[in-house]
Amino acid sequence: MIAFLIKRLMHAVLVMFVISLLAFAIQDNLGDPVAQMVGQSVPESERQALRERLGLTDPFLVQYARFAKNAVQGDFGNSYFYGEPALEVIGRHLPATLELVFAATLIIVLFSVPIGVYSAIKPRSLISRFFMSASIIGISIPVFLTAIVLIQIFSIGITVSIFPDATGWGSWLNGLLSTSGNMPSFGRGYDLVHVFGSWDTNLATLSGLQHLVLPAVSLASIMLPLFVRLIRAEMMEVMQSEYVKYARAKGISMRRVYFVHALKNTMLPVITVGGVQIGTMVAYTILTETVFQWPGMGLMFLDAINRADIPLIVSYLMIVGVIFVVTNTVVDLIYGLVNPTVKLTGKPA
Amino acid sequence: MALLEVSQLDVRFALRQGEVRALRDVSFTLDRGERLGIVGESGAGKSVAAFSLLNLISRPGFIAGGRIVFDGQTLNTLSERKLRKVRGNRISMIFQDPMMTLNPVLSIGEQMVECLKAHRRISSKAARAIALDKLRQVQIPSPEKRLDQYPHELSGGMRQRIIIAIALLLDPDIIIADEPTTALDVTIQAEIMALLLDLCEQHNVGLILITHDLGVVSQVTQRMLVMYAGRVIEQGPTREIINDPQHPYTQGLLNALPQMATPGEKLNQIRGSMPSLAKLPSGCAFHPRCDFMTRQSGEPRAACIEQVPGFVGTGSCRVACHMVAEMLEDRRLKEETP
Repeated sequence: MIAFLIKRLMHAVLVMFVISLLAFAIQDNLGDPVAQMVGQSVPESERQALRERLGLTDPFLVQYARFAKNAVQGDFGNSYFYGEPALEVIGRHLPATLELVFAATLIIVLFSVPIGVYSAIKPRSLISRFFMSASIIGISIPVFLTAIVLIQIFSIGITVSIFPDATGWGSWLNGLLSTSGNMPSFGRGYDLVHVFGSWDTNLATLSGLQHLVLPAVSLASIMLPLFVRLIRAEMMEVMQSEYVKYARAKGISMRRVYFVHALKNTMLPVITVGGVQIGTMVAYTILTETVFQWPGMGLMFLDAINRADIPLIVSYLMIVGVIFVVTNTVVDLIYGLVNPTVKLTGKPA
Repeated sequence: MALLEVSQLDVRFALRQGEVRALRDVSFTLDRGERLGIVGESGAGKSVAAFSLLNLISRPGFIAGGRIVFDGQTLNTLSERKLRKVRGNRISMIFQDPMMTLNPVLSIGEQMVECLKAHRRISSKAARAIALDKLRQVQIPSPEKRLDQYPHELSGGMRQRIIIAIALLLDPDIIIADEPTTALDVTIQAEIMALLLDLCEQHNVGLILITHDLGVVSQVTQRMLVMYAGRVIEQGPTREIINDPQHPYTQGLLNALPQMATPGEKLNQIRGSMPSLAKLPSGCAFHPRCDFMTRQSGEPRAACIEQVPGFVGTGSCRVACHMVAEMLEDRRLKEETP
């Protein structure tokens, strides 16, 4: 176990090293950070002085070596824009993003398993067919479009008037399809509860949760159909296996065959893919957070790119890399618990 | 009345290109404690027959006709809930490949206990005790340890022993064994077969043994069925069929045994291969491969191509073959007109 974790730690370090190198390599193409930092009236000589003070005129390797030396000591440099350590800026934005990803993951887990299992068990039923068609649509619509549609329907509200309003059934249908649109669509709201450090949570109050719903749903909108289809496909394959047939031949109830024999095996590849996808979702938050002005890392990163705030960009990319490694490690640990044929410890059985 | 009576079993698969008839007109009986062998090449319908007894054929297969009567219950019309009480309880199954049969993510103990709990009101502790007892009966070394192990920690032979133990868990009336030794190492095939035979005799359990190993059939079973392209073509006491096979196909199978060939010579074989069930030859399905289709005069026997042969009795055996029927007819005529 310890050996496994140490190996993963080395992974994380390697990932951070490669990412930082790549991020540094593209910094010249991101624009001039000085232009963002000072007003237009500042003369060129002063700008040049600032560049030199920031070390931007040094050769690439010198800059990188300086960064790496500080980074090893936990100092990722100061954000040009905020003027404070990049890690602190990220730390301030991280909780919002993690809560958003957590909520979206919860939605995905709660819905994908029942829907996927149902449509695998009853592939011909109308409900399954509906879910399969809906999932194709879900996968193909980009997140930002989903987000805008959600805002239109649930925050702005839509008035349906295609049915004749004069008739009773018409106005009833119009009323049914129209939405009042009072869901918040902007930011995290003000009812945040302080937990510790820079972590204020949306999860503790009703208003906080309401703010979380639309961003979480739109973030989940791509992954949910993906997982529904993955679980369905895996489950259908497992249902064809000999051991499921054998379980039936033993006279076990179908419920136990589905949910113990089949589902446990179905979840093995789903867990693996899930680990990678949680990391990917952190990246997807850039779109969602921008549409909903969710003050998380994604929005911060987009701003940092606009401002060519290189220390912040590099730190963000490295942190996301670490999140990837951490989620994958956690997923591997879970996988080891579910699948008895995997031994993480390397101990003799 | 026999414990199990199968009559005119008809199993079909509804495929996109049309219905394929996997079993036609399959009838046999099994008495309490009797051992019946079902032999035939791959694709003859042996496994389909085995699985259809407990209505375990999965879509698109279905039982289109016939009756399976077990101890007074007609299994093929029984509700799924009632059928479940028969499965694993009064009729249990042993599958072909022990590597694929046990669920890889559940421990051996779990897979044994769940079977007991599905059929009896029993505490987990009592169920484990029964499981342990059955593991001892199948002579697994250190059985206590096995309950907490997972399938991947055991060898193929051990797994098949566990599957035999599971088959015996609820003291069934019949065990259906679908090629129980085919996937095993040759050195342990005999061991497993001897164990299965021994336990069936001890507990007076009926056995339906599906195999293409004629040697095993002759040692283990009392009666046998020979299947070809979804039909039974010969059935009767095993000894009689092995000693004096009537149907050209059965003769071919026995001749193909390596023991039957002269050392140094080529092994005998039946020419051609089993036809696809979707494109069965007309008349007797075996006729394109049959050496006896042509009469001594050289012309082919028309009935073989045009008519499906019915059963004729030779002693206690029943054979579906035009040639045999003709021979019997000739003999009868000779006896009548001295």
